[in-house]
Amino acid sequence: MIKIVHYINQFYAGVGGEEKADIGPHMQEGAMGPGAALKAAFGGDAEITHTIYCGDSYYAENTEKASAEILEMIQKVKPDVFIAGPAFNAGRYGLACGSISKIVQEKLEIPVVTGMYQENPGAEMYKDSIYIIATKDSAAGMRDAAPKLAKLALKLAKGEKIGASIEEGYMPGKARVNFFEEKRGSRRAVEMLLAKISGKPFVTEFPMPDFDRVAPAAAIDVKTARFAIVTSGGIVPKGNPDRIESSSASKYGEYAYADVNADPSTVYETAHGGYDPVYANQNGYRVLPYDTLLNYEKEGKIGSIHGKYYTTVGNGTAVKDSAKFGQEIAEKLLADGVNAVILTST
Amino acid sequence: MKEIERAGIAVVHVCTITPISMTVGANRIVPAIAIPYPLGDPKKDAGAEVTLRREIMDKALSALATPVSEQTIFE
Repeated sequence: MIKIVHYINQFYAGVGGEEKADIGPHMQEGAMGPGAALKAAFGGDAEITHTIYCGDSYYAENTEKASAEILEMIQKVKPDVFIAGPAFNAGRYGLACGSISKIVQEKLEIPVVTGMYQENPGAEMYKDSIYIIATKDSAAGMRDAAPKLAKLALKLAKGEKIGASIEEGYMPGKARVNFFEEKRGSRRAVEMLLAKISGKPFVTEFPMPDFDRVAPAAAIDVKTARFAIVTSGGIVPKGNPDRIESSSASKYGEYAYADVNADPSTVYETAHGGYDPVYANQNGYRVLPYDTLLNYEKEGKIGSIHGKYYTTVGNGTAVKDSAKFGQEIAEKLLADGVNAVILTST
Repeated sequence: MKEIERAGIAVVHVCTITPISMTVGANRIVPAIAIPYPLGDPKKDAGAEVTLRREIMDKALSALATPVSEQTIFE
């Protein structure tokens, strides 16, 4: 029987939400949470003998310690394959799945497979090192993902030949595999061209890498600069007047700062559903450092402050939406002569 | 963040998981304290927390005042 160790986060283990995101790794016998879907997909060819779960914040904030603790657990069990996730579009979880899988592959030489959504930052970071099955952006995609994860895990365990990314469903980058197309290249190229001319969908066989990089802006003279604060940490006026969503935000807010003498817990809260909100709700300045910026202005350390701050929830938010928010915010900032931005993320 | 910088405005990204910030393409990065409280620490008393926030913001200001030609983490 093929032995599998499965890694999941505290949420999928049923331990708790963001308030438990700082728990260290634990190992338990048998399958837990999404392991049930994998178990069904294995159809008796493999068994999840142990599940390791760890808080997402714990892993992200203590990567070296967490991964060492997890490696020790895995070494005791000696699985044939290690599976992590899938993480879908959860950023910290994707980072943890990618990071621990890569470390297990390198240090223990055990084959690994994980899964996540293509926009998960963990995908860009690890797809060249490990097999990452491309999944949908939410847990609703588990039904599609489980058979692909299971199939690839079984092949790896049995030492079978792994097909090309397009056949197995992993993200291109990890392996280059030759295979024969049924149609010759000239025919495929002409068909693609005809589809393009007639406005029909077509899929390129050689996507250009997407290096969306922006050149660094010139340094500023802080003494004369006009500052603004932008945050993806979801700090909103108490009551969240525009009802910014706790995840997959469809909008951003533009708000005047509250009186800095007011108790922050009475004037701000966070709309963000992707981290434990207790600390930001107690004191929004932990995410929106307006108090410090205002002191700088009074002391003459900086030029001036734009009167409003911009906020959204960077939790599963689509890249194209974030880019649109950014463009709109940039226009507003430029119109007011802002040339320096403090952008905080949780 | 990138759209704001594309418009020519200098941006400093204050965040805890700096590898993500590098992956998404921030140019000036200042590490923060923790995910749920990037610019604070509930374990400290109020005065010490304000000092801590100021230390991080001081780094953010010096990052903005520093010319960079590539992605830089200001430890």
